[in-house]
Amino acid sequence: MIKIKINGQEQSWDGDPDLPLLWFLRDEVGLTGTKFGCGQALCGACTVIVDKEAVRACITSVNDVAGREVTTIEGLHPNGDHPVQKAWRQVNVPQCGFCQAGQIMQAAALLMDNAKPSHDQIRQAMAGNICRCGCYQRIENAVHLASTGV
Amino acid sequence: MNFIDNPKKLRGFEKHVRIEKVSRRSILKGLGVTGGFVLAAPVMSRQAFAYETGAGKMPHGVVVDPRVFVAVAPDGIVTIVAHRSEMGTGVRTSLPLIVAEEMEANWSRVKVQQAHGDEVMYGNQDTDGSRSTRHYLIPMRQIGASARIMLEQAAAKRWGVPATEVKAVNHEVVHGASGRKLGFGELAADAAKESLPSVDSLKLKDPKDFRYLTKGQIGIVDLHDITTGKAGYGADVRLPGMKYAVIARPPVTGGKLVSFDPADAMKVSGVEKVMEVRGWPWPSKFQPLGGVAVIARNTGAAIKGRDALKIVWDDGPNGKYESVAYRKELEEAARKPGLVVRKEGDADAALKSADKVIVGEYYVPHLAHVSMEPPVAVADVKGDKAEIWAPVQSPGGTREDVAKTLGIPEQNVTVNVTLLGGGFGRKSKCDYALEAALLSKELGAPVKVQWTREDDLHNGFLHTVSVERIEAGLDKSGKVIAWRHRSVAPSIASTFAAGTVHQASFELGMGLVDMPFEIANVSCENPEAAARTRIGWFRSVSNIPRAFAVQSMVGEIAQAIGRDQKDMLLELIGSPRIVKLTSVKDLWNYGEPYDSYPIDTARLRKVVELVADKGEWGRQVPKGHGLGIAAHRSFVSYIATIVEVAVDDKGKLTIPRVDTAIDCGTFVNPERIQSQIEGAAIMGLSLAKYGEITFKDGKVQQKNYDDFPVIRMDESPLLTNVHIVPPGPDTPPSGVGEPGVPPFAPALINAIFAATGKRIRSLPIGKQLEA
Repeated sequence: MIKIKINGQEQSWDGDPDLPLLWFLRDEVGLTGTKFGCGQALCGACTVIVDKEAVRACITSVNDVAGREVTTIEGLHPNGDHPVQKAWRQVNVPQCGFCQAGQIMQAAALLMDNAKPSHDQIRQAMAGNICRCGCYQRIENAVHLASTGV
Repeated sequence: MNFIDNPKKLRGFEKHVRIEKVSRRSILKGLGVTGGFVLAAPVMSRQAFAYETGAGKMPHGVVVDPRVFVAVAPDGIVTIVAHRSEMGTGVRTSLPLIVAEEMEANWSRVKVQQAHGDEVMYGNQDTDGSRSTRHYLIPMRQIGASARIMLEQAAAKRWGVPATEVKAVNHEVVHGASGRKLGFGELAADAAKESLPSVDSLKLKDPKDFRYLTKGQIGIVDLHDITTGKAGYGADVRLPGMKYAVIARPPVTGGKLVSFDPADAMKVSGVEKVMEVRGWPWPSKFQPLGGVAVIARNTGAAIKGRDALKIVWDDGPNGKYESVAYRKELEEAARKPGLVVRKEGDADAALKSADKVIVGEYYVPHLAHVSMEPPVAVADVKGDKAEIWAPVQSPGGTREDVAKTLGIPEQNVTVNVTLLGGGFGRKSKCDYALEAALLSKELGAPVKVQWTREDDLHNGFLHTVSVERIEAGLDKSGKVIAWRHRSVAPSIASTFAAGTVHQASFELGMGLVDMPFEIANVSCENPEAAARTRIGWFRSVSNIPRAFAVQSMVGEIAQAIGRDQKDMLLELIGSPRIVKLTSVKDLWNYGEPYDSYPIDTARLRKVVELVADKGEWGRQVPKGHGLGIAAHRSFVSYIATIVEVAVDDKGKLTIPRVDTAIDCGTFVNPERIQSQIEGAAIMGLSLAKYGEITFKDGKVQQKNYDDFPVIRMDESPLLTNVHIVPPGPDTPPSGVGEPGVPPFAPALINAIFAATGKRIRSLPIGKQLEA
């Protein structure tokens, strides 16, 4: 039996330990905010924070995160008012919105690591997260806004 | 109780996916941090029928009835139905906002409810062709105005005063003389009993009184849910007892299953069943391709099970499809005469007598949509009833196709439309919903069919592949006197009819026969090409290769005679006039009447001049940088783009700045126009730099975002500016979602020439600038 703390709540799993965390979150726990986009850690739609690091849930097994703390978009802030979330709304970032949970989690992890990233650092740190609608200019601006006070 | 309560609320939907909820105000403060846009003075008519659109000719036409689209609850909450699909354009906000504006509802007390697929009830729901605002601006205003009048009449009766003395203002009705007021909620029950005003009698709001329209200050309705992970997409639907399925499909279009061995798949933990899925013979329209489904307790187990399947396929007639050889076939066809689809003067003779002939042969390969959300659908089929939850651009068509595929009456099918994680035309085809319906019927349980990214690339409906060959003849003075354009590409029609070798009128009308230049001798031809895979609509469709070819040729002519690109473009567009295309049979004008939406070269000139002005055409750029320009009319809108490119000594390119000017006529939400055009630059850059699907042995060779890359943030333009042309009085609204893409690639290619002297005629750019 594998035990994981997800958004502060303990969850357990006694199925295939190699099951990707993405499908455990979405299909077994019902936390559907984390998205499936590629399954190969190429697009970042499934980004969650494990301890303090952004990871791709599609190539991380449930076993990999045994005993660790996983934060998903649903647990980023109790009211959805994390500075990154607030900045996102001020800039009206999303188009279709599907990649945005992953983008927001990546940005939140970036700001934990570097509270005042430069525009270049934002562009580099966010390059693993694809947005097919092409909201990059707004994402960049929203991360900058979040880092300078919303 | 309720005024105009919609009796057919989304059955079963609220239980599972919270898609409709009280709209968020989210007044934007942060817009200043992005590239600025020109805000026009609102010019919108109070007349209902200042122009005609093609809306009435769409399947099931238009429904203008507030009882269908609006409900006012006793607590004052106004529910407005969004009947088009939200895939990122902002339509779920913009159309309800029009209704709210016209009925004087306060947006913070408006709830948006997504319509299920029912075109008899709501009118046409096909969310494609950049049509939503174009077709629904006036109908939504009429719906809002009718609701307002019914509320006003109810208040007037309550007070015993003439209706002319009362006025709806900001969610209440006011009697000016006495100062009495009643909220919309208090009037709901009485207003429901009022008769429906006739559409002809409606007086629409004076645009100077607009609070929301044309202002661009409203956040999208799903903004809070998207940023908190609560927004409901297709894959987020969860039903009690639901099974998870992935399907192994024939790897070659037209192929079929011979045999399969499920033994190893059944050993995978969590796998419950392996079963065959019915397929349809090619051309299969939107029907499933068939294959083998793995059913499991979660998606991860289903994918692992599918990896363990042993399958033998018969590849069928397209097993030898190979991209290099096919390109040669297209090129050979383009070098010979083909079916003439437009003819003015004598292009052959003029080319022979020309002082100089410039020939450009341009290639654009197959492209895949790769929306972030791969196709996915949930179905629950019980007896002769089916309920579907899916991200579809065609809710009405999906309902029809599910009914046909299952052999049940259409009224027994409910199609719940979730948010779409991108569409770009892929989700106009409902094959994934049909797969889910077939599986649910056989399993007797609700089932979710999830496509992987590999499935999306291998079994999609690809953008066509094309060779566009243009020959331009110039006289001694450098004036272009002849234009011959041959377009060779397999048609979307091949997905519906076997033996198709010519492009359909809707494809020919996308930048071939509608070429707007003032040239005396013109020949547009369409040599034959047969499809070897499934071809479908991809955002902007045939405008992508056509704008690439035509606008590259403008750059090549300028280059040949030493002219400025922008001046050459304006000279070719010629005098301000309405282009008459008398030699074109079945001219396709995006489904719009030509009188309302003619090819108006004054408007095309205007976007070129505006972008040249705002985008500082001709500015000094550093060494290794170049500016390029392109303009194109598509989806009855006019767009021009300037790209600044920087190419380093290793051939690596970066984009310091993009400027786009758009004339989309009368508009509703400039902030979403800006976001669509910003995104179009990214999609244009993606296809120009990387976009290529290739075939070998009949199979798509790309698998995922590593070998079918799209632009990421670190290579996106540093700055994208959007400039919106203020509409003239009563200028009909036109498309926004698609027109931004086509001019980007040629503007970039012209910029690369300016920077490096290298002329690229084959997309993607790939490694052509290296070495």
